[in-house]
Amino acid sequence: MSDASQPVDEVATKVDEGALGSFASGVQTTEEYPLRVEGLRKSFGGITAVDGATFQVESGSLTGLIGPNGAGKSTTFNLITGMIKPDAGTVTFNGEDITGRDPHEVANRGMVRTFQIARELSEMTVLENMMLAPQRQRGEELWRSVLPGVRNDVREQEEELLERVWEVLDFFDIDHIAEEYAGNLSGGQRKLLEMARALLTDPDMLLLDEPFAGVNPTLEKKLLKHIHELREQGYTFLLVEHDMDLIMNNCEHVIVLHQGRVLTEGTPNDIRSNEEVIEAYLGGNV
Amino acid sequence: MGIAETYSRGREFAIERPFALVLGVIAAYLLGDLLLGLVTGQTQFADIGSLVWDGLMRGLVIGLAGIGLSMTYSILNFANFSHGDYITAGAFSGWSTTYLLAGLGRADIGALVLVGAGGSVYGGTLGIGMLSTPLAVIAGIVVAGGFTILLSLAVDRTIFKPIRDEGGITLLITSIGVAFALRYLMQFVFGSDVRGTTAQPPSVGLYLVDGTVFIDAHDITLLVIASGLMLGVHLLLQRTKLGKAMRAMADNEDLARITGIPTERVVRSTWIIGGGLTGIAGYMFILWKGTLGFNDGWLLLLLIFAAVILGGIGSIYGAITGGLVIGLTASMSVLWIPSAFARAAAFVVMIVILLVKPSGLFSGRSTA
Amino acid sequence: MSVRDDIAARMPGGDAGLIVATLATAYILYVLAGVVLGYDLRGQLNSLATLTFYIGVFAMLSLALNLHWGYTGLFNIGIVGFMAVGVYVMALVSKPLYVAGGAAQVGGLGLPLIVGIIAGMVAAALLGFVVALPALRLRADYLAIVTIAMSEIVRFSFLSGELQQFQLLGTRVGFGGGSGLILDFVPPLEALFRSVGLWGVYLGFVDATKVIVPTNPKPVVDGLIYGLLLLAGVTVFFWLLKRTGESPFGRVLKAIREDEDVANALGKDTDRFKIKSFMLGCALMGLAGILWLMPQGAVTPNFFRPRVTFFIWIALIIGGAGSNTGSVLGGATFAALLYQGPRYFQNLVTTVLPNLDSPPGFGQAVGPLISQLDPVPFLLYTIDSIRQLQLVVMGLVLIWLMHNRPEGLLGHRKETASVISLSRPKAAAAATDGGSADGDVQTDGGVDVADSNGGVDDE
Repeated sequence: MSDASQPVDEVATKVDEGALGSFASGVQTTEEYPLRVEGLRKSFGGITAVDGATFQVESGSLTGLIGPNGAGKSTTFNLITGMIKPDAGTVTFNGEDITGRDPHEVANRGMVRTFQIARELSEMTVLENMMLAPQRQRGEELWRSVLPGVRNDVREQEEELLERVWEVLDFFDIDHIAEEYAGNLSGGQRKLLEMARALLTDPDMLLLDEPFAGVNPTLEKKLLKHIHELREQGYTFLLVEHDMDLIMNNCEHVIVLHQGRVLTEGTPNDIRSNEEVIEAYLGGNV
Repeated sequence: MGIAETYSRGREFAIERPFALVLGVIAAYLLGDLLLGLVTGQTQFADIGSLVWDGLMRGLVIGLAGIGLSMTYSILNFANFSHGDYITAGAFSGWSTTYLLAGLGRADIGALVLVGAGGSVYGGTLGIGMLSTPLAVIAGIVVAGGFTILLSLAVDRTIFKPIRDEGGITLLITSIGVAFALRYLMQFVFGSDVRGTTAQPPSVGLYLVDGTVFIDAHDITLLVIASGLMLGVHLLLQRTKLGKAMRAMADNEDLARITGIPTERVVRSTWIIGGGLTGIAGYMFILWKGTLGFNDGWLLLLLIFAAVILGGIGSIYGAITGGLVIGLTASMSVLWIPSAFARAAAFVVMIVILLVKPSGLFSGRSTA
Repeated sequence: MSVRDDIAARMPGGDAGLIVATLATAYILYVLAGVVLGYDLRGQLNSLATLTFYIGVFAMLSLALNLHWGYTGLFNIGIVGFMAVGVYVMALVSKPLYVAGGAAQVGGLGLPLIVGIIAGMVAAALLGFVVALPALRLRADYLAIVTIAMSEIVRFSFLSGELQQFQLLGTRVGFGGGSGLILDFVPPLEALFRSVGLWGVYLGFVDATKVIVPTNPKPVVDGLIYGLLLLAGVTVFFWLLKRTGESPFGRVLKAIREDEDVANALGKDTDRFKIKSFMLGCALMGLAGILWLMPQGAVTPNFFRPRVTFFIWIALIIGGAGSNTGSVLGGATFAALLYQGPRYFQNLVTTVLPNLDSPPGFGQAVGPLISQLDPVPFLLYTIDSIRQLQLVVMGLVLIWLMHNRPEGLLGHRKETASVISLSRPKAAAAATDGGSADGDVQTDGGVDVADSNGGVDDE
């Protein structure tokens, strides 16, 4: 929170200014812990995927969520963002109970996610993908888009959005593929597009589901740089990742999930030396 | 945690309860109305008995035809809209045989093969029936099944197989094309008139409280053949390796392929079993109701879809149960609503099930 | 990327040029056929009016379906139900009040035609809402079954004796049941011209056409003018749907078609968007149904069989779902070739060979072919049965399209979902380096995953 208002470098500042268009609220995390998850539980058939997970994510932090295969990481993400409804437990975001809310309601409140396998909208161009993201667009009302007089309002807003979209495209260095259909992008480019698109929803917090899977080292470095820059602007990140080194080197706080429960949490150093964690990883799967 | 649970449960209740409540009230009202009718003598027990019997028969046809649809739906992952016209095709091929055997020497062969197209020969005149011409009927049943198997294999080979990987909607649209091509080809060949196919079969009257319920020989034939075939499919799927493979494929095709199940062979078996049952269902439907027209299968198709969705796609017990429920609904609804809406009532039951339990009554129990 | 795209690109006037060229081709073919048939001018004009009529209704209907399926991915195969509700509600509202002893068994509310049309559209949209509310959350194939079941429920309802006649607002109204409903309101053209005070002018114009069509020119002129009005209707549909598609609203619809979960995760209330899109499409289907049946004088429930829905689907798939231009082209192609074409061919043959009796049934047709290798009776029977075979051909065309060109004749055509051009705004463009590579996807570090063409799924 404290460092949210400090501009970091030029590129980031540009985005930040762009982000403050007439429709944008900027980062508004008022809570020390914007995301609180308590006793989250979900079972499918007879299998309990998430079994009373409880944790919280600190404002402006880059928090990692790790765990062996089948620990319930993806399910936890889906439960937090409303993709599936929990059997029990609560999710609180910025002080508001959002348990069981629909995904769009969660996104409207400033928490947006990316998907493990990048889900670009393949028959839409990169630009269309990006233009989709901003919240509460006037033209999303059918009558405004269709009726002759009021369509000018929509046009005006589209022009503002477009400027911002191009700024974000520049920030992520994907401006050269802007006209391309998203389905034609390489895997890494899709990941960039997804993150850029998520950012355009003007969130306070981003949930990234394995953002580096299938991404080559050069791009990985670039993505990480972007994440750090954004974090310094005040965005909060929760990150699911398989690559241990990556988590250990970049996150200041790590949550370890095992069998649907939080096994332990702490700084990367704490985690590294934790016997239980080592055992979970060795015992669970190898 | 307690508050949260109460909250989420409350939310669920708010959504589900009014539904259950409304349904309960409607059911109670209908039952009350029926009982009142019985007490005041407006409705007769025998009438209800006849309707139940009628619904049961209809349900057997729907269930039998539904097994095939349900199997292809779950194993090939698409809603086959040409299924209704397979039923008609089975009926025409079978009845063509029956006419030929029953009427050989008594009428022009062409007229017999075309099932008396244009009123050239009547089934009633030929005295067709289970008891009067048993061999012709049994041969008809066999041919109906066999022909429909060949038809469904041929259509699969030439039309569905090349686009098997294109996704369910592509296949669905294609099957609509198949349906229209087949239906109007049959109209081209057999004409558009609805013909009577059987002579009045002998029947027995069962006394029921205040009247008689008539059960005829063709009802019994349908009952015996349909239950026999249903039992046979049950045994086939439960006891044989093929059945196991089919169930595995319905669950997860990719996994089945990886584990070495010969998927193409399973697909072929699916069409063989499904097609055979469908063709026989078509024949029995016509034997039972006594008339045949080129639209019969298509008109039955939506009821079959209703039954399959009601029972849960992929479950043969679901298809049978769904068939009986839909059949009884369509027949018995006339107790409360005008008969023009009987079919609509069956669709409404399907839509209600889709709302309340979209996965169907027997969900999660694939092909078993 | 397809050949067709090139054609569209080279066509003067772009999409509009393509549409005009297609229409012109169809008209020329029909005129030529008319010449062969020895039509007089009256006959030619009548046949062109009929052709225009069907091009108009099918283009409108496939545009409306394109909103459902092409834009939003909603698999509606109950189109005919919405058309029926539109027409019947319009009739209920606009038929004159019941007069005992009149030709009509039942009356209507006697309100102006325009009120009836709006009421019909609203009713179709409301039916859409009732269907959509439960069904939109379901899988595409379930929606398909629900919609077609609904359209049959609608047909049975209008067939039923219970709704044949009833009292509404103290007057005897009804839907006429199976024997149909006489549409005895003021003919639509008259109503239209009267409402703008030009009825006298129109009658004068009709009178003037006696120079070309000496006797009773009114039906001919009426037909042509109505056809032109339908084409104007197509233009309005096109304009409306183009604006709908090229907007933030349309962008969300497109996203829903591609991946509903993503749209939802990006904060879009996808259910609301789907319901709105569905209702708008249903209202347009209702309107198209009204425009189709309004001038026919009567309507029966059995007109609204599922085969009409099937026609519209073929029209859309011919043109290519997702493209408004494709929808119009598909509608026109379907109307000219598959719908009117075979009937025309039948006329052509019976005119050239007037005195041949076709056999009454398949048996008599195929008998001589087998016994004496005489194909004539079979051919005659085929031509006589062209209305059934037409549906066989349509089925085969649909199968062929799904096998060979599932994306339609226009190929993968996409219309950008935005109010403005999305190229870099000029101010921003000047600020950055001009060296952005155009179109080359792999310039960015060659990033790759195993499945790089995973984005071709079409749902």
